[in-house]
Amino acid sequence: MELNNVALPLDIAITTKLDEAIGWARESSLWPMIFGTACCAIEFMSVAASKYDISRFGAEVVRFSPRQADLLIVAGTITYKQGPILKQIYEQMSEPKWVVSMGACACSGGFYDNYTTMQGIDEIIPVDLYVGGCPPRPEALLDALLRLQKDLRTNKYNPDRHKDFKSKLDNV
Amino acid sequence: MSEILTVPHAKLHAFIQNKYADGFIYLLDITAIDYSEYIKNQEEEFALVYIIRHQNFKEHIVIKTYLNTLLSDSVSYLFKGANWLEREVFDQYGIVFKNHPNLRRILNHKEFVGHPLRKSYPITKGQFLYETDDLMDEMNNRLLSKDVVCKLESGNFSECNKDLMFLNLGPSHPASHGTIRTYVALDGETIECAVSEIGYLHRGFEKSCENHTYNQIVPYTDRLNYCSAISNNIAFVKTVEDMLGVEISKRAQAIRVMLLELSRIEDHVVCLAAVLVDMGGLTNYWYMYNPREDIYDLLSKLTGARLTNSYMRVGGMTNDLYEGFEDDLKEVIKKVQYGVQETLSLIKHNRIFHERTQNVGVISAEDALSYAMTGPNLRACGVTFDMRKDAPYYGYEKYAFDVVVGSVGDVYDRVMVRFGEIDESIKIIEQVMQNLPEGEVNIQDASITLPKKEAVYTTIEGAMNQFKLVFEGVKVPMGEHYGSIEATNGELGFFIVSDGSGTPYKVKVKAPSFTAMSAYPEMIEGAQLADAILTLGSLNIIAGEMDR
Repeated sequence: MELNNVALPLDIAITTKLDEAIGWARESSLWPMIFGTACCAIEFMSVAASKYDISRFGAEVVRFSPRQADLLIVAGTITYKQGPILKQIYEQMSEPKWVVSMGACACSGGFYDNYTTMQGIDEIIPVDLYVGGCPPRPEALLDALLRLQKDLRTNKYNPDRHKDFKSKLDNV
Repeated sequence: MSEILTVPHAKLHAFIQNKYADGFIYLLDITAIDYSEYIKNQEEEFALVYIIRHQNFKEHIVIKTYLNTLLSDSVSYLFKGANWLEREVFDQYGIVFKNHPNLRRILNHKEFVGHPLRKSYPITKGQFLYETDDLMDEMNNRLLSKDVVCKLESGNFSECNKDLMFLNLGPSHPASHGTIRTYVALDGETIECAVSEIGYLHRGFEKSCENHTYNQIVPYTDRLNYCSAISNNIAFVKTVEDMLGVEISKRAQAIRVMLLELSRIEDHVVCLAAVLVDMGGLTNYWYMYNPREDIYDLLSKLTGARLTNSYMRVGGMTNDLYEGFEDDLKEVIKKVQYGVQETLSLIKHNRIFHERTQNVGVISAEDALSYAMTGPNLRACGVTFDMRKDAPYYGYEKYAFDVVVGSVGDVYDRVMVRFGEIDESIKIIEQVMQNLPEGEVNIQDASITLPKKEAVYTTIEGAMNQFKLVFEGVKVPMGEHYGSIEATNGELGFFIVSDGSGTPYKVKVKAPSFTAMSAYPEMIEGAQLADAILTLGSLNIIAGEMDR
């Protein structure tokens, strides 16, 4: 219609680095996969519900298939029995991928220093961000998300960053 | 202290059978005690403990037998619930049950070596698992028992005449609550056989209790049923108070009743929200979850934490209600009522909801009792067992409220019983707040509760008292006791063995979700796959409590 009459600025170009353009695109289209096992998963429900509303930050497309997700949020205690499953889920995610460890148990075993609880998921998979708290408040998880987004924007995440990581489950 | 019936091991079986004939048909728990480090010499190193409730629900018995060999007869032919309970004793203590249908580990993984609740097992000795159990042998036995396949002379299994597909539901599955694995054999959409594997959230609660003082255990109890932390706190400290032989003040009792009912609401709304999401009714999730946020706000103001409150202490609670609590509570109740009303207006006359839930996931009252299901799940079958009526505590007998029961025991009944209980809990809360007694919330006993802060800072006695209580813990007299309350998922009990020190010698949780989960595989066999998801949601299995 009238558009035909408007002189579109076809001759304008925006110059940027490719990495930055990709980082900008990734920033608000993270698809999280929740590996929720315990109390922290209940707090994640709050993060997703109306009051805290993770969709305000462009990360609400929660996937339950690791193959469709690029952000793994491990929310809750990981036991030795759960270990191989978590590792498999992580391996099923395609690159690029990031891991947030939510809560004291996932970060370090928390106050479950005993025969059955893994003393931090970083014994078996690499972690990018740790969120403390037992459980962390929803704001804490959102803060982690914002930090991750900022780092993505500024391209801080090097794809080779976990190249030297060795999982304890690979020892067999 | 509970009265313990000590029976010689040779006579145990006949004794349990006699008691069963007398009406003790509701098996609450089976556990063992390792006496090897006990302060007082016992007859034998290991003892088995059976806790059984009478069918009138008013009384229970605790039966103990000393074992000279680590071998005992299974009672799983009498009580269906014994199957999993005996597996747990085998897993944790290494006691073998003869004639058990499927004696294998349940909480710990298949590569685990040793029995962690024995005193000789070091608490921090972890063992990595490298490969998850494929559950195929258990599934084959199950298929065999249902005549879907038969065993050939070569020892292999025959080809099945049906085209079965094997599928894992969980443990990483949105509807499996994160940690429950059910392995199903499907014929089309119909589940022919199912076996469940639990223990993915076994966090060693019971072992951790053995090296913490009683008050230090309160935060651990928060994380049993994390949807309603305060009710676990109360169940635990009440058991300890019973062992101490003390009664808390009238005001503390009333506050505990009020918070128990608030926890019940908090738990039911999240269960209902989740089960409706599983059904595809996402809108209800927002209606039901928002009031929960309001309860969080109220509890944060009162206890300092949203979810894991750790509000109770042996002998009382951390602090009294704050000024203006009552007004805040009234606002929260209004929001809960609004959320419930909106949700009901969406589902009450909704044909999809009715057809998806009615006559789905049915369990009969007899089976539910045999599995020792409890709480709303049992009441949905029409059994009127509610500890608040049958064995009242904290003055529940003086509050007017109804026990909500179902008639069929299907998903619909379980959902509707929970809706009904929210209304009844609100009634109780209103009655409590109308007549809230004045006075202290803590027992005035220097050997149980901490002194006032003023005294700690200004007097040597106060400082000493605080120091001793914090470091040594509340000293509980030697003995064994089972105490329980009607928590949100049903009868939540603690069996505690004390050696007279400030740290329990042994703690065993009688977890309502554990018994409910043991009934689950049988409930879904013959059902459609999609109905299995709803059945699981409606049982409200909380993994923290089930796996401990």
